[in-house]
Amino acid sequence: MSGILNTKNLSMHFMGVKAVDDLTVSFPAGLATGLVGPNGCGKTTLFNLISGVYDPTAGEIFIRDKGFTRIKCTKLRDLKIARTFQDCRLISQLSVEDNIMLAISKTGTYDSILEVGTEDYEEFLDHILETISLSHKRHELAENLSYGQRKLLEIGRALASNADIYLLDEPFSGLFPEIVEKIKSIINDLKAKHKTIILVEHNIALIKEICDNVVVMDAGKLLKQGKAEEVFADEKVKHAYLGE
Amino acid sequence: MEYIINLFILFAIYGILAISLNIVVGYTGLLSLAQAAFYGVGAYATAILMTKFDMNFFFTVIIGMIVCALIGFIIGAILSKFKGDYYAIVSAGLTIIIFNTLLNCEGLTNGPIGIFGIGRPTLFGFSFSSNINFLILCVLTLSAIYYLNKHLVNSSFGRVLKGIREDERLVRVMGHHRKTPKMLSFVFSASLTSVAGSLFASYLMFIDPMTFQLHEAIFIFTIIIVGGLADLKGSMLGAVIMISLPEILRFLGLPQETAAQLQQLIYGLLLVVLMYIRPQGILGKYRM
Repeated sequence: MSGILNTKNLSMHFMGVKAVDDLTVSFPAGLATGLVGPNGCGKTTLFNLISGVYDPTAGEIFIRDKGFTRIKCTKLRDLKIARTFQDCRLISQLSVEDNIMLAISKTGTYDSILEVGTEDYEEFLDHILETISLSHKRHELAENLSYGQRKLLEIGRALASNADIYLLDEPFSGLFPEIVEKIKSIINDLKAKHKTIILVEHNIALIKEICDNVVVMDAGKLLKQGKAEEVFADEKVKHAYLGE
Repeated sequence: MEYIINLFILFAIYGILAISLNIVVGYTGLLSLAQAAFYGVGAYATAILMTKFDMNFFFTVIIGMIVCALIGFIIGAILSKFKGDYYAIVSAGLTIIIFNTLLNCEGLTNGPIGIFGIGRPTLFGFSFSSNINFLILCVLTLSAIYYLNKHLVNSSFGRVLKGIREDERLVRVMGHHRKTPKMLSFVFSASLTSVAGSLFASYLMFIDPMTFQLHEAIFIFTIIIVGGLADLKGSMLGAVIMISLPEILRFLGLPQETAAQLQQLIYGLLLVVLMYIRPQGILGKYRM
């Protein structure tokens, strides 16, 4: 296995629809990989399989060379994997601080009952809030944030988990240029720290700018994988995804 | 004065019931209608143990809490797989089962006749037999339960509960379990509800199964809807409002039958108006 995260013959079928179909792909450690493909090609389903939201119909996922036929959601933190969602999932009736604390606070039942307040995490929390420019919204309910701020908070929550692998599902979609720049700078910081980033994005210019590698999926299968320039120059990719 | 003391005792007992239910409904987002069941078990534990075994009230409270925790553990383990309407239906089923058990196990519960002659608490020679002393005991108990719950909801565990009520899967992706917190909040609520039952039995010195029917569970549910979901002070405020309402009607001099009908009408109207203008309740922090 060459990457930190690999799949081998991974499949996910929904009532006969092959969302991910016998996919064998590798995501190298410490690099940003763009995961692209037409709508419905299985990018988000792949994220859902890696993060344990779905159990695969067949195949295996290898994380740091350890194979899993299914991954439990609750083990993601132990596996040092963090993810964001395409539809921006937050606990809307919790404050910004509490949303981030969910990713930091103790997970054991008895430990979590005894843990009150945020004093132990104050410095780290301040750092995260500063990184996502939401320090002034610390006690605001997530439901009162703008769309861009919600996207930032979701990324902040992923950062708070201090993971090695980040699965970012369309973090730039529908955002103003200044928030796009903010998120780009956060991703670049992660790259500088040699974190592994898998980025689902439809904006090819952003993929070319941020990602070292690109994986192209089509109809649940791997179409092409490699350096961005060579992948986007490929005739099959142009035809299937870029429509050229 | 005795009347006011009696009223405040009821405020405290229903305050305990409402706080306990709010942990499950307001903080965890589970529509439990099992409160009357645990209220009944607690009350009967005290009634049976005090009258048949001459046990001290405070021991009966502990035994009642343990029994409710055990029932809560078994039912909670089943209920933790459900959410929403299914949770409400299964938990209502528990209230109906417990009511029928209390009604039909005549050897133990005296069936529909109920249990008379339940004593008032004594502790190290100090008696809570007067209503004012009993009120002090109720207020102390309510305060202890309030602060215990305040700690719980402000802890990381409380944050997980609040997360579960909105998005169980997201909470799991954050590394937290969902079934254990749901079950524990139910067990915790069940054992605290039992305390209210014990106080109620000792206060009235008589209980029968009719008090612990589904309509009582709905009444306690209404208290937290009115006072406020996910707010402990709201629970107590709700108890004060809902207990005071029939008392206010009493002073209007209406015939008893009319007052009873009017009371139901006002409860209904209150709920409709609140759902329209403030769905989280007066002091509530969570909208269902």
